[in-house]
Amino acid sequence: MATHYRKERLDRGIKARCEDIFALSSYREILYLLLPRVLPVAALLILPLLTGVVGLYWIKVLVITCAIALLALSWDLLASVGLISLGQALFFGVGAYLTGFLNHRFGWPPFLTIPLGTIGGAFICTVLLLPVLRLRGVYFAIVTLTFPLLLTRFIETTKILGGTEGMSALSPLPNMWIELYLPVLALLIGLFGFRRLINEDYGLVLQGIRDNDRAVMSGAINIYWFKIQAVFLAGLVGAFSGAFMTHYYRFVGMPAFSLDYSILPLTAAVLGGVGTFAGPTLGAFILIPLSEALRAFGTLRVVFYSAILIICIVSLPEGVFHYIQRKYHQFEKMVKVG
Amino acid sequence: MINSIIIYGLVNSVMLALIAMGFSLTFGISGVANFAYGGFYILSGFLTWMLLHYFKLPFLLAIPITIGIVGLLGFVTYWVILYRVRGIALSEVIATFALGVGMLELFRWLGFVTYDFTLPYLKKGMVVIAGVPLDYQRLFIIGIGLALVLFLYFFTHYTRIGLAFRGIAQNERTAISLGIRSDYTAALSLAFGSAMASVAAIVILPLGIISINLGYEVLLIAVAVGIVGGLESVPGILVASLILGYAQVITGIYLAVEWMTVVYLAAIVIILSIKPSGLFGKFKELEERV
Repeated sequence: MATHYRKERLDRGIKARCEDIFALSSYREILYLLLPRVLPVAALLILPLLTGVVGLYWIKVLVITCAIALLALSWDLLASVGLISLGQALFFGVGAYLTGFLNHRFGWPPFLTIPLGTIGGAFICTVLLLPVLRLRGVYFAIVTLTFPLLLTRFIETTKILGGTEGMSALSPLPNMWIELYLPVLALLIGLFGFRRLINEDYGLVLQGIRDNDRAVMSGAINIYWFKIQAVFLAGLVGAFSGAFMTHYYRFVGMPAFSLDYSILPLTAAVLGGVGTFAGPTLGAFILIPLSEALRAFGTLRVVFYSAILIICIVSLPEGVFHYIQRKYHQFEKMVKVG
Repeated sequence: MINSIIIYGLVNSVMLALIAMGFSLTFGISGVANFAYGGFYILSGFLTWMLLHYFKLPFLLAIPITIGIVGLLGFVTYWVILYRVRGIALSEVIATFALGVGMLELFRWLGFVTYDFTLPYLKKGMVVIAGVPLDYQRLFIIGIGLALVLFLYFFTHYTRIGLAFRGIAQNERTAISLGIRSDYTAALSLAFGSAMASVAAIVILPLGIISINLGYEVLLIAVAVGIVGGLESVPGILVASLILGYAQVITGIYLAVEWMTVVYLAAIVIILSIKPSGLFGKFKELEERV
C-alpha cells in the first residue's frame, strides 16, 4: 500500500518568541519583527532619490503605482466592511474632477485644491453611495460598477466640467520632490493608518459587519452609520489619488472615470491578498510595473488583467501577500499519514 | 403621440425583459450573479456576425449555432471557474466580472469597433399599427419575448430539468437529498442564462450596430430590472420591465434620448428607498440581500 504524505505547517520558533515583550531581548528577534516593515518603507522613501539611476520614466511609473495602490487600499477597506466595489473609478474620478474644477475655475493653488478635492470628493462619493449602502455584495457591486459609467454619460450629455474635452492646463505641482514624495507619503500613511484602524475596536465592528451584519445589529450598533464612515474613509484615500493625479497630469477629463481605475485596483487587491492592506499595495507594485512593460499591447492589457484576476481567484485565492507571510512565519514538512 | 408611446414602450419593455431574463434565471436558480452576462451578449452578436461573414452561413443556421455555442460556453464557465469558488460571493462576482470584461476588451482589441458590425433583420419591412409605423423586427422582438416567457413557464413546470431547476432554487438541500445534482443544475442554469443572453442579442442587436459598450449597458439593464422587480421572481421581471420600459420611452420623448440611461439609476435608487426587496421580491428584510 502506498504511503501518503500530508503537509504540516508549524510556526517558526522565532515567531513564537516574537509574540511578547521578550522580542526586545535580542537583535535577531527585533530584526525579524522590523525587517518586513522597515525594508519596504525604506525602499519607498529611497526610490524617488534614484531618479538618475532608474530614469525618469520609471519614476513616473512609481507615481502611478502609488496612485493605484491608494485606490487598492480604499478598495480593501470597503471589502473589509463587506462592500465589494467594482467602481473605484468613482472615487478617483470625483476627486480628480473636483480638484480640477477648483483649480480651473477659481485658480486656487494645488496645496489648497488637493485637500479640498480629497475631502470634498470623499463627501460627494459618500452622498452618492448613501442610497445604495443598504445593499450588500452582488447588488452593491453592480451599482458601483454603473456609477462611473453613468457619470461619464452625464458629463457627456450636460457638457458641464469641460464636457468631452475635459479641463487642461491646470497648475503643476510646485516642484519635483513634492510630486514624488506626496504620493509615497500618502501611501505609507494610508497603508499603516488602515492597518492600525482595522485592528482597533472600530475595525472589529467593520469586520463584524462583513461577517455577520445581523449579529452586529443585534449588538445595538447602527451598521449603516459605520458603513457611511467606512465609505468616507475609503473615499478620502481614493479621492486623494484622483486629486493628486489631476495636478500631476495637469489635466482632468473623462478618462478619470475609465474602467482602468476600477479594474486595476481590484486586480491589485486580489493578486496581493484581500484584507491585509499590505497585500493590495504589494499587488499594485507587482501589477503596474508589469503592465507598463506591456504597454505595447494597448487595450489588450485589460484582457491581461482580467486573466490575472480569474487565475488568482481560482487558483491563488489567498493572494501573494498571505503566501509570503506564511512562508516567513512558518515552516512546512511532509508527514506520513496513516 | 400617445399611440407611439404605447407601442414603442411595449417594444422597449419586452427588450428589457428579454435582456433581464437570462440574468435573473441564473441568479434565481444557482445564486450565481453572472457578471459576464454583458460579455456573453456581445459575444453572441459578434459570433453570429462572424458565422455570417467568415463562414457564409445562412442567418437561420447561424442563430442556433450561436445560441448553442454560447450556452455551452456558459456551461464550461461554470465547471472551469465558478465550480471552484461557488458560495464565495466576492470571488464569484470578481471572477465573472473579469470574464465579462476580458471578453469585451478582447473584442475591442481585435478591432470590432467600427460601424460595419451589424446583424441583419429577420425580415425587412414594416406595418402600421394604430397609425404608428412599426418594423417587423420590433414585432419579432415582442413575439419572441412572449414566446420565451411561455417557453420558460412550461419548461420549468413540465420537464425534468426545469423541475430540477425549481427544486434547487426552492431548497438546495432537499433537492440534493432527492437526487438532484446541485452543481450540474447550476451549470445548466448558467448555460440557459447565457443562451438566453444570446437569444436576446440576436433579436435586439439588428436594431443598431454592435457596440462593445452595450455589453456594460446590458449588465446595467439586467440588474436594474432585477432590483426593481425582485431578482428571483419572473412576474417581478415582467412588471419591472414594463415600468422601466415605459419610463424610458417617456423620458426619451419628453426630455432627451441621453437621459434614458439615467432612468435605470433613478429607478434603482427610488425602489431601494421605498421597497428595498423589489416589487415582487420574496425577501422581507433587506439584510438578506446578498
